[in-house]
Amino acid sequence: MVKYLAKRISFLVLTLFLVASITFFLMKLMPGTPFSNQAKLSPEQLDILNKQYGLDKPVFIQYLSYLWNMVQGNLGTSFQFNNQAVTSIILERMGPSLQLGSQAMLFGSFFGIILGAIAAIKKNTWVDSVATFFSILGISIPSFVLAVLLQYFLAFKLNLFPVALWDGWNSSILPSLALAVAPLANVARFMRTEMVDVLSSDYITLSKSKGNSKWQTVAKHALRNSLIPAVTIIGPMTVNLMTGSLVVENIFTVPGIGEQFVKSIMTNDYPTIMGLTIFYSFLLTVVILIVDILYGIIDPRIRLNEGGK
Amino acid sequence: MEISKDKFKLAKKDTHLEQEKISTPSLTFFQDAVRRLKKNKVAMFALGLLVLIIALAVTAPIISPQDPNAQNIKYANLPPKIGSGNIPGFSGELTSQSGAKYDAYAGLPSDKTFILGTDYLGRDLLSRVLHGTRLSLLIALLATLVDLLIGVPYGIVSGWKGGVLDTVMQRIIEVISSVPTLVVVVLMLLVLKPGLLSIVLAISFTGWVTMARLVRAQTLQLKELEFVMAAQTLGESSFKIAMKHLIPNLSSVIIIQTMFTIPTAIFFEAFLSFIGIGMPAPNASLGTLLSDGQKAFRFFPYQMWIPAIVLSVIMIAANLLGDGLRDAFDPKSE
Amino acid sequence: MESILKVKDLCVNFATYAGTVNAIRDVSFELHKGETLAIVGESGSGKSVTVRSIMQLLDRNADIASGEIIYNGQDLLKYSEKKMNDVRGHDISMIFQDPMTSLDPTMSIGKQVAEPLLIHTKISKKEAIEKAIETLQLVGIDNARERINDYPHQFSGGQRQRIVIAIAIIGSPDILIADEPTTALDVTVQSQIIDLLKDIQKKLKMSIIFITHDLGVVAGIADRVEVMYAGKIIEYGEVNEIFFNPKHPYTWGLLDSMPTLNVKERLNYIPGTPPDLIDPAPGDAFAPRNEFALDIDFEQMPPFFEVSKTHFAATWLLDPNAPKVTPPASIVARQKEFKKLTKAGE
Repeated sequence: MVKYLAKRISFLVLTLFLVASITFFLMKLMPGTPFSNQAKLSPEQLDILNKQYGLDKPVFIQYLSYLWNMVQGNLGTSFQFNNQAVTSIILERMGPSLQLGSQAMLFGSFFGIILGAIAAIKKNTWVDSVATFFSILGISIPSFVLAVLLQYFLAFKLNLFPVALWDGWNSSILPSLALAVAPLANVARFMRTEMVDVLSSDYITLSKSKGNSKWQTVAKHALRNSLIPAVTIIGPMTVNLMTGSLVVENIFTVPGIGEQFVKSIMTNDYPTIMGLTIFYSFLLTVVILIVDILYGIIDPRIRLNEGGK
Repeated sequence: MEISKDKFKLAKKDTHLEQEKISTPSLTFFQDAVRRLKKNKVAMFALGLLVLIIALAVTAPIISPQDPNAQNIKYANLPPKIGSGNIPGFSGELTSQSGAKYDAYAGLPSDKTFILGTDYLGRDLLSRVLHGTRLSLLIALLATLVDLLIGVPYGIVSGWKGGVLDTVMQRIIEVISSVPTLVVVVLMLLVLKPGLLSIVLAISFTGWVTMARLVRAQTLQLKELEFVMAAQTLGESSFKIAMKHLIPNLSSVIIIQTMFTIPTAIFFEAFLSFIGIGMPAPNASLGTLLSDGQKAFRFFPYQMWIPAIVLSVIMIAANLLGDGLRDAFDPKSE
Repeated sequence: MESILKVKDLCVNFATYAGTVNAIRDVSFELHKGETLAIVGESGSGKSVTVRSIMQLLDRNADIASGEIIYNGQDLLKYSEKKMNDVRGHDISMIFQDPMTSLDPTMSIGKQVAEPLLIHTKISKKEAIEKAIETLQLVGIDNARERINDYPHQFSGGQRQRIVIAIAIIGSPDILIADEPTTALDVTVQSQIIDLLKDIQKKLKMSIIFITHDLGVVAGIADRVEVMYAGKIIEYGEVNEIFFNPKHPYTWGLLDSMPTLNVKERLNYIPGTPPDLIDPAPGDAFAPRNEFALDIDFEQMPPFFEVSKTHFAATWLLDPNAPKVTPPASIVARQKEFKKLTKAGE
């Protein structure tokens, strides 16, 4: 287990290093200088700014110092936003994004599991068809289209929620909902496939032949066995949420990381873009690592095999 | 009941042979899959819908009522209207902030109507949606093509050659897929000049990975099968084996994955255009139309509705068809 | 002999895309108290469907069209789902073909073995686990106490089948249905499981229905044998009668295709494949594969002809009008053996 972990973590570090390097050099290739958006600056002023940000040194030196700073948790300072440190921007904006993400994930998984399980138990009935129809809708309709529609109907037409304002839990409902639909649909589909598989397995027949009723069988044996593989889609789900949050946060003007990312792109704010890219990749690789470890812990087959080795 | 004694004779072999015949004709795998797909009403409906949308998109330059980029401020922000405005939803009326309805076409020449209305620059939305769909589909098609051209050979080589080469190729895939697609796409677009080709490149940069993975997994399985081994023993070249034996047997995996790549590409194009780094103005794509519509939805909700519906319908139809194909080509999954 | 279970005129149909499959056609039989009844047949002959109908564990597309299954004087087919749950695992229990997939991979074996007790009786969890340990020891899991928290994948195939048997017998059922319990096991393990079943039957006084396609296994365990073909029973009798004095050409074929010690001999087989039961032809379903088929076999279903008080066979060859045919050589040898046996018995 320790060996496995060490291998995984070293791979994680390697990935982050590559991501950081690629991002860095891509940023160097980018058209437009960081200050081109600001008021006309004289060449002297530009020189001063370039020196201040270390942009006058050779690219390779810039690269090394960037990596060195990154290891120390310093992702540089933003070209915009009053030269705030990128790390502090991330920390500041992580709250709302995490809140939306976790709300969407919890809501989506919970109802996705229920929807998928019911569809599987009622396979090939109208209940199944309805559930399948809704999960196709959920997978197909992009979160930003959904966000726009929710905003129009629930906030603008019916005045149930604020249209675009970040103030209290009430304002987090619509963006969370818009983000939750895709995970919900994905979990439901995955759950249905797994559960159909599990329900046709021999141990389910054995469970019935023990005298368990249909629902006892589902609760005692089928649910757990279908849930274990479902853990693996937490990774893709996180990616989905990240992508969605970029636009959804923008539509509802949530002061989160996604909104910041788009803003930084618009203003050619290299350090922030790089910082956020690395942060996103870090988050994703860590989530996938945690999921893999979690999977090993909850599945006795993997847990004990690893322990035995 | 008496049975006549002559029935108790040993039966002649050939007189009853027909009972042993198998009644259903045998089908090839492909024919069988097509037959199953044809039986799937939902998938066939989705296919019909997609064919219709594609036909409209292809003929957009011919059937569009006017140039999608032609501006005419006089006709700005007109709601949908057909004929004299008797059809609900196409009445040419708007609701003002106070809730009162008014005729947006008042004071304009009565013969000028826009079926889907116009945007803030007076551009005809029907023409823009047709051209936008065309552009989005084109991007999706090109991105899928690149996925195929990179992903399929990569997967075959990686799976077929194995060994160190396979390990290196798999590590590359692992690194690429550990970066969120959206981050890569956004970065690529920042570096490249915005435009159609950049979007295609950005989308395919990570898109081919899934295809390569699936193809590799399938190739690994095929490699172990007798007919491939037989071809190898007979001394056929790797290239010939790939073309003659692997590709045909990989086709179902490739077809299914392609069907799921298309909606993903459409999604990313819309996504990029929506956040403002996709298709540059004044080009219309479903993403830019939706983005414009969202900005104006308080007063001119129709501008948001139309691209939202078209985008959703394409996505739903593509996913339904993809599901249908998967069920048809992989009967185990049913 | 007192009978404990009676199946009368059972007909089961399956709805499939191709049409309705008449999987079980008028099957009737009795299970006597304390006996082991073997049901033998090729795959697809309907033996599994028959016993799953008794347990009412058929797939959703199955329909028990008619018939009665009498247990304790009552028709199980008229039971509600809830009442049937009380029967399963308590009065009648079942073990399955593949021990590798019969156990829940994510639940410890202790819990799985104790489960029937917790469903059907009001004992505490602790007592149930204690009883589970006892039962596991009974079925030959050594150090059951230490292994009670282990998971299925930590056991070998043979051990897993023992655990499945423990689950089936922990509620002391009257009837144990074993659906090909040895098919997926190694030959050496097979005989251990057979011995275990015999041993348990003696200790717990159960009746066993033993399903198999392997006549070799039958000889070691059965008291009586039923041979099924294409959804019908075609011959039944005591084990010696079926083995040494078979009357149906299909039984001949089965016995003739059993490997013998004579290695020089080529292994025989029954030509052709079992018929399509979507639209069964009239007459004896085996006729097209039967080298001794009579014209009547293609027109009319043969009734059961009595061979002895315990032995019946459904073949027109037993009709007084039928021509004399000579069975395959190995069968003739068996019949000679049988004559010696019965003479010795007299």
